[in-house]
Amino acid sequence: MSLQNLRAIASIYAFELHRFRRTLLTGLLVPVITTSLYFVVFGGAIGSRMTEVDGIPYAAFIVPGLIMMAMFTESIFNASFGIYMPKFTGTIYELLSAPVSATETIIAYVGAAATKSLIVGSIIFLTAHLFVDVPVAHPFAMAGFMILIAVSFCLFGFILGIWAQSFEQLQVIPLLLIMPMTFLGGAFYSVKMLAEPWQTITLFNPIVYLISGFRWTFFGKGDVAIGLSLLFVMGILAVCIGVIGWMFRTGYRLKK
Amino acid sequence: MASIIEIKGLTKRYASGFEALKGVDLTIAEGEIFALLGPNGAGKTTMISIVCGIARATGGSVSVAGHDIVRDYRGARTAIGLVPQELSTDQFERVIDTVNFSRGLFGKPRNDAHIEKVLRDLSLWDKRHAKILELSGGMKRRVMIAKALSHEPRVLFLDEPTAGVDVELRRDMWKLIGELRQTGVTIILTTHYIEEAEEMADRVGVINKGELMLVEDKTALMKKLGKKTLTVVLAEPIDAVPADLAEWGVTLGGEGHELDYIFDTQAERTGVSSLLRKLGDLGIGYKDLNTRQSSLEDIFVSLVHQEKAA
Repeated sequence: MSLQNLRAIASIYAFELHRFRRTLLTGLLVPVITTSLYFVVFGGAIGSRMTEVDGIPYAAFIVPGLIMMAMFTESIFNASFGIYMPKFTGTIYELLSAPVSATETIIAYVGAAATKSLIVGSIIFLTAHLFVDVPVAHPFAMAGFMILIAVSFCLFGFILGIWAQSFEQLQVIPLLLIMPMTFLGGAFYSVKMLAEPWQTITLFNPIVYLISGFRWTFFGKGDVAIGLSLLFVMGILAVCIGVIGWMFRTGYRLKK
Repeated sequence: MASIIEIKGLTKRYASGFEALKGVDLTIAEGEIFALLGPNGAGKTTMISIVCGIARATGGSVSVAGHDIVRDYRGARTAIGLVPQELSTDQFERVIDTVNFSRGLFGKPRNDAHIEKVLRDLSLWDKRHAKILELSGGMKRRVMIAKALSHEPRVLFLDEPTAGVDVELRRDMWKLIGELRQTGVTIILTTHYIEEAEEMADRVGVINKGELMLVEDKTALMKKLGKKTLTVVLAEPIDAVPADLAEWGVTLGGEGHELDYIFDTQAERTGVSSLLRKLGDLGIGYKDLNTRQSSLEDIFVSLVHQEKAA
């Protein structure tokens, strides 16, 4: 990659992060407040009646799920908004007419969105420590998993941003699909707690594998094998890269 | 002069079947100002969009500064600056930030001196720290030009550059375009204001329904297709055009004080002297004569009407 390409990537990346800095207060305060509220409701009210799940204190058990939930939302929102807004305001012309390849565009936009998502995930992780002692059994795996999840969901958000033709479409997938799937994907409970056939049905939800994998990096145990979780993350990553590649090759909803 | 843009057999057909461009061939010389005229929906913006990489061509080829816009899009796009028709800006950004961003997007290293020059030339330097949403429409248009010039392009596309700006700003814009030409930048502009093309362009292209109807040197075009109107100011008013003047097709104006005769400047015999002789024979005295060259607008309207009639 030449210096010219790197400069273009750096410009888009810095521009996107600058947008994040403009809304820094809400961007950081919202996840902190939301996490605190989850701890009050789930950790305090419910946790007092359900002390342990799979041998892990309930308040600590929900931390990986909370981080994942916030990162899914943040990643999709940041990446989809990042590419949808230029389409909406018309400034996309500049990106399309610039000597920038599809790969460089994706690296810059997804990189910036993933950075924001990782910042939010880290803040929630730190906030959780104010409420409960959360051990991390595999810190490097945890960091790696967070990065993979952030990149995968940012790619998904990027696809959404290109596909969406209205603000309503932009929100419909995260609100009507991702959010329910996260709640039903074991963010606040172990899949093992469910009776059949719900336990088997739940295993068709890909979010289960992501939350389980992330939980494994904290406690060394999850609902499904860590290898399976990794396979799912890599699968989502590969599918998203494939779809974006197709979108740029055909100019789908980008070029007339 | 060497060519900087070569368009060959360019076609664009939309999924609906609508043909926006029907095999356009066009060569733009380096350093010239080329005005592309045409009514709404003629294909002007489509053509610019394809050259700049915003739209895909269905057929044909385009090269900019020797680089094919598909195979070597980086080389082609690096040479191009685009000011689109719509006022599309990041409203919450500061002027200087958005202009610096554009330069970086085109892979150019930071150059504060160049950015300052561009902003000063566009009278934006004092507004460099202002958010774009605080600026007037005319100033926003200047910001878009500054963004397009930030990476020092060799070719500048101006799609309706003065649409919706006041007369003073339009004059400023013309001055700026003239200055840009002095620096060797090739300028392609589309416009609805014929006077704009007449004022600035070296060559004019007329496009209608996706077909380039003509490309001609502006002065030559006006000479070739231009008509002149001779106005004979009569010594005494008359009630009607005498029947003996029918062969010249003169019309009566100025409440009976003027006779207008339209003639072709390129014709072997313009008919002016014979008309004046005839007036003398009829005893119609005149106290003044003046002629007016038809404008580019007249030529444009006539071309489009010819096309419609065909």
